[in-house]
Amino acid sequence: MFLNFKTAAAAIALTAMAGSAFARDLVINFDDLNPGPKKGFEDAVELFKSENPDINVIVNINDREAHKTAIRNFLTADAPDVTSWYPGNRMAPFVDAGLFQPIDDVWEENGFNEDLAAIKPTMSRDGKIWGVPYSYYQWGIYYRKDIFDLLELEEPQTWDELLAACGKMKENGVTPFTIGTKFLWTAAGVFDYLNLRTNGYDVHNALTAGEIKYTDDRIRATFANWETLINECGFVENHASMSWQDAIAPFANGDAAMYVMGNFSVDGYKNAGLTEDQIDFMPFPTIDASIPGAEEAPADAFFIPANAKNVEDAKKFLAFVARPDVQTQWNKTIGQLPINSKADISDDKFIQEGFALLNGASGLAQFYDRDAPAAMAKAGMEGFQEFMLDPSKVDAILERLDTVQEEVYN
Amino acid sequence: MSHAVVPDTDVPKRPSWVRRNKLAIAPWIFLIPALIFFAIYVVIPIFESLWLSLYEWNGLYNVDGESTAVWVGFDNYVKLWDDPNFWTSLRNNIAWLVLYMLAVPLGLFIALFLNQTVTGMRFYKSMFFFPFVISQVVVGLIFGWFYNPDFGVVGTVWKAIFCEETTNILGNVTFTCSRPAPDILSSPEWATYGIIAAGLWPQIAYCMILYLTGLNNVASDQIEAARLDGAKGWKMLWYVVVPQLKPATFIAVVVTVIGALRSFDMIAIMTQGGPFGSTNVLSHYMYEVAISEYGERYGYGSSVATVLFGIMLFFISYFLWRMYQDERGGR
Repeated sequence: MFLNFKTAAAAIALTAMAGSAFARDLVINFDDLNPGPKKGFEDAVELFKSENPDINVIVNINDREAHKTAIRNFLTADAPDVTSWYPGNRMAPFVDAGLFQPIDDVWEENGFNEDLAAIKPTMSRDGKIWGVPYSYYQWGIYYRKDIFDLLELEEPQTWDELLAACGKMKENGVTPFTIGTKFLWTAAGVFDYLNLRTNGYDVHNALTAGEIKYTDDRIRATFANWETLINECGFVENHASMSWQDAIAPFANGDAAMYVMGNFSVDGYKNAGLTEDQIDFMPFPTIDASIPGAEEAPADAFFIPANAKNVEDAKKFLAFVARPDVQTQWNKTIGQLPINSKADISDDKFIQEGFALLNGASGLAQFYDRDAPAAMAKAGMEGFQEFMLDPSKVDAILERLDTVQEEVYN
Repeated sequence: MSHAVVPDTDVPKRPSWVRRNKLAIAPWIFLIPALIFFAIYVVIPIFESLWLSLYEWNGLYNVDGESTAVWVGFDNYVKLWDDPNFWTSLRNNIAWLVLYMLAVPLGLFIALFLNQTVTGMRFYKSMFFFPFVISQVVVGLIFGWFYNPDFGVVGTVWKAIFCEETTNILGNVTFTCSRPAPDILSSPEWATYGIIAAGLWPQIAYCMILYLTGLNNVASDQIEAARLDGAKGWKMLWYVVVPQLKPATFIAVVVTVIGALRSFDMIAIMTQGGPFGSTNVLSHYMYEVAISEYGERYGYGSSVATVLFGIMLFFISYFLWRMYQDERGGR
């Protein structure tokens, strides 16, 4: 399970030899084994070690899915000093069970209240701050630039321009959007953006916090827009049996021209044979010009379990991961965006565009399945998929979501 | 010479309790290891699960290691009654039970068909038995691809009939169809039947092998006698062969019922209960609400498990009762 067993063993052997030289162990659990993210994390840990030679850092790296299960046990049974996890509603069960400790002081001392201001609401619960984020990425529309050029289309800025562009694509036999909703969450990306653009961040937040009903007129308006999008733009057929990776195939083949996705998908396009010149990124068009632009930007963060043994050094590590230079390097390695506003970004065009987009955002949503509690997210995303297959069922779906909402939040 | 032999004055000892009850104790000693494991892994969890279904719990313990569960009594069952997903799952469970039974007659007919002496028969038999040997997960994957409307067999055949090969705007090959290809696994009406069809494939093979062994034991003299009396075809099958296959039929029905109720792996592989929960069955729904990423409602999951347990208990008690009756009848 722990790939770095060897390193750990070596570290323990060293400790034994050096006697009390390494008096302070710092155990960190991390959750990504993919080569890029793993390297980003390990490089950062190396730097931390060289800056703090008196701390003996022990690292456990686990696979993402396995970590989601393991964290439920290790927080009580054998807590590390630092663990990676997700902000928003995903941290809520652990915060409520008292398994994380608040770290307002780390934010205070290091000036994160200013440097990480945009993400602060997401990291807070019950008036306290619970973690420090190290990276996030933007969502938006990835599109085939070559198709847009052939059809002489510009990046649509408004809803009407988008619908007009879709009309032109359909005339030429191109399906405007690709998507794969088999695993449900991709549909939530479309919903989030439609709702953020139709109603704005505050209404969206209130919805995922259970303060607004799904049958509310404002949410109905979102679904009406979604129906327009389905009718006048349209998604690829068979999307319910495709994963998000499967849905790249029609995009790569030129059958579909746009994809509402997160920046992690760029690798997928390149692996499918597309070059940087063929793909480009644009923000989701505005629907109501009076609504300030909010974006979808899921963040990854570090937390200190309540049972951590070495809290002092854990806080030191948390302060370290949010430092501008550390975030710059780390995010260059993993191809994502640093959250610290003082950090630099790489010259990748998607990263540049994303950085500009998120810096101008009035609010950052964490994605539907992190903003809403798990049971609500599941029912909601099933509803979105059902709606995409048959928009005429909207009333039944929204009423059902109201029932689930009532159950989940009370 | 002075040592006179002292006669053995001891009254012969009464054999110890253990010795006296040797015959009664021995089986229990052999049973103890199995009983301990059965208790730990089966019996106690059943009661724990029943107990848990009366709580609301997200599976977490607090810092002091105390469970964060809250007693809610029968609330979970009340919620279950109003939960459309639960009823969908139950309906699908019934569809599974009914349609899965097709495996029994189909297995019988394939067994009859294969029960001949032709060169290479062993090879054919093993080919027919093959689907049962591969894991359910693999069967699910294969059928998932088979049904795929883009690159699967269904899609390819459909394209050949209803679609034209054209080039799209970029000059790449694509297909335009006069009718969209059927997307079985994402249609709420058909997906369950698609999965059941996939499940039937190995189940038929299983029933077939049960019948093949049963057919070996069919008394040939009775067949002869029936033939002399002029029985043939369906009558021969129904009145002479099938009654002799009763034990095989019983086992085939039992494994098929249990197989239908346990249908978890195929659903998890092929649709994860989707589209929007329409292919869920109780076992998968229980997993979904209790331990999947969007679940973590252990109490609610346990109440689903309790309902499933009740259904299984009904069938299993019936089978055990039947077996008991048969044994008494046989004595």
